[in-house]
Amino acid sequence: MAAVVFETIHASPGRRAVRRLARRAGAVFGFAVVVFFILIALLAPWLAPYDPVATSWSAVRAAPSAAHWFGADELGRDVLSRIIWGTRASILAGVVSVSISLALGVPIGMLTGYLGRWVDALISRVTDAMLACPFLILAIALAAFLGPSLTNAMIAIGISATPIFIRLTRAQVLAAKAEDYVEAARALGNPHLRIALRHILPNIVAPLIVQATLAIAAAVIAEASLSFLGLGQQPPAPSWGSMLNTARNYVDQAPWMAIWPGVSIFLLVLSFNLLGDGLRDALDPRHK
Amino acid sequence: MLKFVLQRLATVIPTLFFVSILIFGLQQLLPGDPAIALAGEERDPETIRYLREKFHLDEPLYVRYWYWASGVVRGDLGDSVRIQKPVTELIMEKLPVTIQLATMAMIIALVIGITAGVISAVKKDTWWDYGANVFALWGLSTPNFWLGILLILLFAVQLGWLPASGYVSPFEDLKANLAAMIMPAFVLGNAIAAVLMRHTRSAMLQVLSSDYVRTARAKGLDERVVVMKHALRNALIPVITLGALEFGTLLSGAVLTEQVFTIPGFGKLIVDAVFNRDYSVVQGVVLFTATVYITLNLLADVAYFLVNPRLRH
Repeated sequence: MAAVVFETIHASPGRRAVRRLARRAGAVFGFAVVVFFILIALLAPWLAPYDPVATSWSAVRAAPSAAHWFGADELGRDVLSRIIWGTRASILAGVVSVSISLALGVPIGMLTGYLGRWVDALISRVTDAMLACPFLILAIALAAFLGPSLTNAMIAIGISATPIFIRLTRAQVLAAKAEDYVEAARALGNPHLRIALRHILPNIVAPLIVQATLAIAAAVIAEASLSFLGLGQQPPAPSWGSMLNTARNYVDQAPWMAIWPGVSIFLLVLSFNLLGDGLRDALDPRHK
Repeated sequence: MLKFVLQRLATVIPTLFFVSILIFGLQQLLPGDPAIALAGEERDPETIRYLREKFHLDEPLYVRYWYWASGVVRGDLGDSVRIQKPVTELIMEKLPVTIQLATMAMIIALVIGITAGVISAVKKDTWWDYGANVFALWGLSTPNFWLGILLILLFAVQLGWLPASGYVSPFEDLKANLAAMIMPAFVLGNAIAAVLMRHTRSAMLQVLSSDYVRTARAKGLDERVVVMKHALRNALIPVITLGALEFGTLLSGAVLTEQVFTIPGFGKLIVDAVFNRDYSVVQGVVLFTATVYITLNLLADVAYFLVNPRLRH
């Protein structure tokens, strides 16, 4: 008993957060499903039973069977293989878009919060302007002007989600700036860059991780939405969103074409949401 | 009150200015000669020359912005290159359809979201609470275009109760209109219901633990009266104002929902414009949406200020 108490007191904040996360069934389920999808994306060439773009006239709109577990689409392509390869587009879109948002949003937010004055006023107004355009509509407009492709969709989603990270980072920096440890670092004569990177940044990482996890869920849905509209992954390359777009036309003849891509999007997004919620509770014990 | 409105207006004007710069800037993303890009598949030199003159493409960027922005201020969002109609006219034509869809979706979202939120808060840590939370997670994680396809499969293909797609004006046939709009409205309202449920739950939990609710219970009032009259009325204030902020989700969702159900509204206008490379329409729709969003935000803030006496003091 005493050993357990000793370990709890002396465990690092990271380890304590992991322990709190592991106690939440939803977060553990979310984490497991995310890992499952990442493995599918990585092992797609070995897992997919067929070439995802290979057509077969004998299998056009074939119902699920031993040969095609999830059925076949309007060109006789194996739905399961396309789902497996489509995982790559979704995971890639989620991770790359959010990386773009973090790469842009965190430095700009830190600059805004740390410098304040006119820099803060100017960037805050630009952020307000971006937030005034609904996320998906801005992403559609950006993807339309950049041209339809998965890369441009990821850039469009990443830019559209950036203002949220600017706002969050700014608010966290403003709060951290008032803390004693930052005052102490300043009193010791540390340069601004060092204070920002060595003292403030490590202390604001937790809410950024939570937001990034939830933003991946939003980015996966956004990529599927753009691909559904024809602005993301281009045919014949597989993507869950574009598979649903095609499935819409065959819903009465081949409903399996619509079921599995949707289930995959739902499961992946749900898992990131559960993981994000769990991380929020684990990293911020005050939040319930 | 006036001071508060003026203060909020003072932040709205620069935001609108930056919105206009952002949307004007979209045109600069077009690869190559913008006149050729704007002409789309129309490669007629006469059209390209006309577009270059019309959009002042030979002038410096700030002059072009000035021409565009002064047109916008007068309500002129430019003309559709494809349909040869003013963008404002196109938006006004399509807007009533989307307003009907959005209103029905919001009603569905409010009814489901607030009911589920209240039940979840009152029956905290019971199966009702867990069920409502599962519903919220379902709403937040389901892509609405997939939900739309599933509902078409069930209610149109399997049961044959509702039409799979299409639109009938309510002035022509109200019954057919409602039959065509109920599925899209539910699809659109689903995600917002989930958000409203979470807001209602947290607002209700806060209110239910406050002193005046404890006093109401101590007086021996019926629990239903305490929940509906004392708690819900106060908990709804932030929920309704936060609901106004869901306008963005509503419009983003309408783009996809209208596409799934082939509804000729505002969302379909932007998608068709994207595929026709009708960039003036895309810019016009984004600018219009942002302006309405900013205005609704302002109204929500004013409403919150009006209904919350603590802010006034």
